[in-house]
Amino acid sequence: MDRQLLIVSTLCFLAAIGRTIISLRAGIFRPGQFNFLAIGLGFIFQTAFLSIRGHALGRCPLTNLFEVFIFLAWSVALIYMLVGPAYRLSLMGAFTAPLVVLLQGFALIAPIDIRHPVKLPANPWLEFHASISLVAYGAFALACIAGVMYLVQERQLKTHQLHSIFSHLPPLTDLFAAITRLLWWGFALYTLGLASGFFVGQPLPYVQVVCAFGVWLLYAVILQGRHLRRLAPKHVAALCIVGFSAALALLWGITFTAQMQSLP
Amino acid sequence: MNLFCVGLSHHTADVETRERFAGHAETDGILRGAGCTEALLLTTCNRVEVYAASEKRVSTDEIARCLVRNIENDRSEYAPPFYRYEDEKCVQHLFCVASGLDSMVVGESEILGQAKKAYESARKSGAAGPWLHRLFQRAFRVAKQVRTHTEITRGSVSVGSVAVDLAQRIFGQLSSCKVLVLGAGETSERTARALVSRGVTDLRVSNRSSDRAQELARLVGGRAVRFDEWPQQCREIDILITSTSSETPLLTPKMLAPMLRNRVDRPLFIIDIAVPRDVEPSVNEMHGVYLYDIDSLQSVAEQSLALRRQQITAAEAIITEHVADFGKSISDKLNCKAPSAERRALGETPLHTSEL
Repeated sequence: MDRQLLIVSTLCFLAAIGRTIISLRAGIFRPGQFNFLAIGLGFIFQTAFLSIRGHALGRCPLTNLFEVFIFLAWSVALIYMLVGPAYRLSLMGAFTAPLVVLLQGFALIAPIDIRHPVKLPANPWLEFHASISLVAYGAFALACIAGVMYLVQERQLKTHQLHSIFSHLPPLTDLFAAITRLLWWGFALYTLGLASGFFVGQPLPYVQVVCAFGVWLLYAVILQGRHLRRLAPKHVAALCIVGFSAALALLWGITFTAQMQSLP
Repeated sequence: MNLFCVGLSHHTADVETRERFAGHAETDGILRGAGCTEALLLTTCNRVEVYAASEKRVSTDEIARCLVRNIENDRSEYAPPFYRYEDEKCVQHLFCVASGLDSMVVGESEILGQAKKAYESARKSGAAGPWLHRLFQRAFRVAKQVRTHTEITRGSVSVGSVAVDLAQRIFGQLSSCKVLVLGAGETSERTARALVSRGVTDLRVSNRSSDRAQELARLVGGRAVRFDEWPQQCREIDILITSTSSETPLLTPKMLAPMLRNRVDRPLFIIDIAVPRDVEPSVNEMHGVYLYDIDSLQSVAEQSLALRRQQITAAEAIITEHVADFGKSISDKLNCKAPSAERRALGETPLHTSEL
């Protein structure tokens, strides 16, 4: 039942992508309400899935790589729902939907939904640490998407090729403002997640802690560079992509290691 | 009833010929005198067209005679450039005209306003009756639909509007942008006016001749600054429009680098419309600087036009659908209202034969 909800959710996100492709083929690429509604509907199904899974597990559904991917996709959609309309970045939906489909599609296809042999005891600190960190990842993912949009727009303006398929991208200054805000949100949430990790009551793997601090440091450097105006907006946008790739690699590493350790 | 259009446009006649047939205020009335039941004159800088409905056929020559300003002109002189569309073709032509498909700049929206004005004038004078009312109301609907459902009006096609569009793609809202106009030429004046019309309030003008700078500043609602002060102004501004007659570049990367040092996250948009150019092209390679010279602005305008042309097929599909529907609705109305004898009579007219 819960997987079916996830399939329906993925179909909603696919509908948003389909609509974008049809628009592109017709030569019209206007940010419309359809994408926002499709993503909104997909988000509702994601939430329903996580809720059912959470009730079944009796804890926050972050017990294996499959659930982590779905939670991450949910976070990305959540942050988009909060940020997209607020900063007039509805076109971001066209970039967000493929990322969500990629995450959910991989989670559904790959054999990573491995149930734990024993029921894991509830640990509020661990659940808080994992969930808040993943919401931070959602903000970093959106910052990465806004970074891609910024670089595309910047490239078009520099090369004077302004009539490509992405001619309806938001203005550079709006995109940069959105990147900055998303980075701050993500950084604050990630810091909170990182700090709460010390209260989980379990020994922390040394490599994971170092990597997590590495990612935290990378985002701190980006924000400091932005704050001191040492980094040009173009570099901030590029570093958002690097930062999210590093964060994603770390997330994979942590979840994979944890899953391996829990196997008998 | 015979519905037809007689006219000439930039496709068929040069400006001199168009001027001679531009018509005048009383043309609608004269046309009715020539035998038209209803008549409407649409005059723009690119076209002179008469849309009319008549019981009997009114020849093109008769229409031309009503339009011509100089009555002594020989008929053979003015007849050739006229085109004539009847019934369905006339409806299709008007829909194309109102949608901007027949305009010199494809997709321009000014024509719709001009058509509305012409219709309003004919309606007030009583020259436009139920036939032209239905025809024009439908044309306005079609034009709106074409604009909404295609990208026919997308992009800018003049240097001034391209510059404004680019500024909006960089800065979004222009109300907080500071603009410096360097050199008070005609194109820079037009560009400055376009920026002001989109919300720019802080506009400075600098020119070698301070009188001209002050005059332009007054015209566009800005303030004049001394010519030797413009490099300092560059530290504050967001948009620079330059069009001086300098033989050597005024702005080089070396000059600009110190000005950009404290504005790393504020883009600088430079519109160089001077020939020879005022800004070295390599300035475009600097971080946060977007340089457009006259050629690049024109190339962007060309790209827009090419894109608009791509949308013609989609627009034509909408128009074809409406032409068929309009013909059907008129035909239905005639069948409902006209008594059988009258219907038979109407059936013999070209209008009904063509299902209009």
